[in-house]
Amino acid sequence: MTPDRLPEPGSPHGNGRGAVRSPILRTEGLTVRFGGLTALDNVTLAVPHGEIRAMIGPNGAGKSTFFNCVTGVLRPTSGRIVFDGEDITGLPPHRISQKAIARSYQITNILPGATVLENVRIAAQSRHHSWSLVRHHRAFVDVIDRARAVLDAVGLGDKEEELAANLSHGEQRHLEIGIALATEPKLLCLDEPTAGMSVSETRATVELIRQIATDLTILIVEHDMEVVMGLAHTITVLHYGEVVAEGTPAEIQANPRVQEVYLKT
Amino acid sequence: MTIPFDLLLIQVINGIVTGMILALVASGLTLIFGIMDVVNFAHGELFMLGAYLGSTVFLTTGNFWLALGAAVMGIGLLGAVIQTTTLRPLLGRDPLTTILATFGLSLVLQNYALWQYGPVPRKINEPITGHFSLFYLEYPWYRLLVAVLSAAIIGGLWLFMKYGKYGIWIRATTQDRVMAAAMGIPVPLVHTVVFAIGAAMAAASGVLFGPLTGVNHAMGLDFILRAFIVVVVGGMGNLGGSILAAIFLSLLEAFASIWVSPAQAVIVSFVVLILTLLFRPTGLFVPTPK
Amino acid sequence: MTRSAAGYWIGFAVVLALLVVAPLVLPEFWRRFVTEILIWGLLAMSLDLLIGYTGMVSFGHSAFFGLGMYGAAAALLTVRPPNLWLAILYGLVGAGAVAVFVAYFSTRLRDIYFAITTLVFSQIFYVIIFTWTEVTGGENGLGFSQPAFAIPGVVSARFTPVTLHWFVLAVVTVSYLGLRRITQSPFGMVLQSIRENEPRTRAIGYHVERYKIVAVMLSGLFAGLAGVLYALQNKFAAPDFVFFLVSGEVVVFNVMGGMGTLVGPVAGAAFFFLLRELFSRFFTEYYLIPVGIIFTLMVIFVPQGLLGFLRRRLNQ
Repeated sequence: MTPDRLPEPGSPHGNGRGAVRSPILRTEGLTVRFGGLTALDNVTLAVPHGEIRAMIGPNGAGKSTFFNCVTGVLRPTSGRIVFDGEDITGLPPHRISQKAIARSYQITNILPGATVLENVRIAAQSRHHSWSLVRHHRAFVDVIDRARAVLDAVGLGDKEEELAANLSHGEQRHLEIGIALATEPKLLCLDEPTAGMSVSETRATVELIRQIATDLTILIVEHDMEVVMGLAHTITVLHYGEVVAEGTPAEIQANPRVQEVYLKT
Repeated sequence: MTIPFDLLLIQVINGIVTGMILALVASGLTLIFGIMDVVNFAHGELFMLGAYLGSTVFLTTGNFWLALGAAVMGIGLLGAVIQTTTLRPLLGRDPLTTILATFGLSLVLQNYALWQYGPVPRKINEPITGHFSLFYLEYPWYRLLVAVLSAAIIGGLWLFMKYGKYGIWIRATTQDRVMAAAMGIPVPLVHTVVFAIGAAMAAASGVLFGPLTGVNHAMGLDFILRAFIVVVVGGMGNLGGSILAAIFLSLLEAFASIWVSPAQAVIVSFVVLILTLLFRPTGLFVPTPK
Repeated sequence: MTRSAAGYWIGFAVVLALLVVAPLVLPEFWRRFVTEILIWGLLAMSLDLLIGYTGMVSFGHSAFFGLGMYGAAAALLTVRPPNLWLAILYGLVGAGAVAVFVAYFSTRLRDIYFAITTLVFSQIFYVIIFTWTEVTGGENGLGFSQPAFAIPGVVSARFTPVTLHWFVLAVVTVSYLGLRRITQSPFGMVLQSIRENEPRTRAIGYHVERYKIVAVMLSGLFAGLAGVLYALQNKFAAPDFVFFLVSGEVVVFNVMGGMGTLVGPVAGAAFFFLLRELFSRFFTEYYLIPVGIIFTLMVIFVPQGLLGFLRRRLNQ
């Protein structure tokens, strides 16, 4: 699949005035050890604003661990995570979310017993009015409108009243992304968004990600190489917790070390 | 106020004796939880019914050991029936449902005992009477027998689990139910057997405990609460932990009984539970995982 | 108003009307029966907020209930003349204090450990109340007289069985409406999200611990209110109501009636008591055997409870 709409390799979206902003996400020497096992080893990287950054690597390379650190699920053993100039290392998940970092999960992690609309509405609600005890939740029209907009964006606009558990796998994966989107993030972490999808579903998801990428920075873990090569501006390759290579899709494809570690094109 | 040494000694031994019985009850409970992820609210009733069944057999035969055997077999069988009819259909559902189902069962069994046996407490006579002299006090032989027997049963269980062919089957199903089934281990049967073993152990405790205080239909309630505390403090699913916790808590309560009434002494166990849950929730005697 | 909303309010009005008329037409025994169902129903509703809406199983609601009861008793025995509003206040404060305790633990423990801890808590209070005879009357409990319904300057009248029933009905109805509004508020929607998927709720930005604490406090307060009503109705407080089996019975009401519906638990309480009446005719005091069997069967075959089918409708 040839990348047909990529900006200049390696250049982040500028703000149009020629100035280069500092990276939205930066990690310094991020290390995670579980007893004798080193899951992340001195990972230092920087993701510019507006970029789509892919993280690839064999199973166990540390990609999920990295996500867990950034989203506050795991406390790193050492190192720092800086988001938009602020040290967010070790903050709990709900605080991370409030800082405008959102995540979708590799294994679908939705509210199965709630409707599609409610899944997204509750995420949108987290930005405002969530401590009201006396007014009906439907009174907050702004929250519902935002939820509906997100549902339209992920292609589930006509399934509002459907129970989330009754959606197809592909639809659930889109709902997964929608929940994260509804929290109005600046950084969206997608954990294997196309997992378990058919070819057509994958294409639809790639298109979706392209559309939402215009306003955000995206960090994506993927195993599907076509998706990665087609979407990413920059790819970081992890192996045994270390950063083994970093560069544009073309550079990574040509990198012999990467081929040796992992890549099957 | 200095505590007389003989009082202290008696309480220590009492604590250990009660602790061993409690350990026997709790072992069954923790076994069932560890293997099947079931919180058996009816465990106290199995204990109580074991005591009643034992008392009935004792009444007719006059033989303690027959009573013990009958109770173990009878309640073990009851346990198997309960598991097959009530718990097996709930496999895979929300764990709350098994708690509720066993709670419902405990209500049924408690009142069944009340109906069947009446409110007057029954008696089982100890197989060996008489006391021995320990320093300057007389201590009943039977209590020591109880402690030894409980230890023997628990020890037997441990050996069976570690080395017995079926014990290994049981441990395999705990590790990975799907794999065990794939390897040809009859998982539903294993679950039924485990529950039956747990029930049998509870019944044995009931018969052993019978001669100490008499058999009545509320004896289960008291024990189930303590047994839960023991299981949590010892680490759920941890056999060794339950035994240590049972003895530890019984000793604490025995000491507390020197100053307050036994009814109030139970608060000590409550406090230990709360402290454990706050600071070492995986179990007091279990090393905290990193 | 949508059709289903209209249907709901019509149903509500009909039931309310029946309950208002009930004490006027029913014989004394059944009148009391209905009033007690309302009180236990309130207790069950308070538990539903935790079990049905937040997904937190508590086996300790008898503690809140009991402290509401004894709190009211304290007010009615220590302050002369006995004051209705003071009784309610003391009861709520008592239940609230316990709720703070339980709330703290609710945030540190999940699932089964929370359930066992709440059970142990209610037993702690049982033991304290049972043995602290000088203050609580121990095993025999406390007896006291019923206060008058008094609003200073407006009215002061002793309760008759009928007016007491109406008072209880009013309190329970307002509580129901309040709980309903809470569960449908943004706050209530967060509770339900916690029930559906707690980690995800955290991940989308909610400080789950704070929501759980508030849920426990609210639940405890309404349960305490039920305890106060019980004290007012029966003019005594006894430790039996703090025993953990009572907590278990309340869970039974919730499950049989249908969790997550608020009205379900009330129906569950009614169902339970009706079954008790029915089976007492044949089984005398052993009614719990058939009732227990029915409950266990329902857990296996009808887990959504009697009114569970209404859950989606009621929570629009």
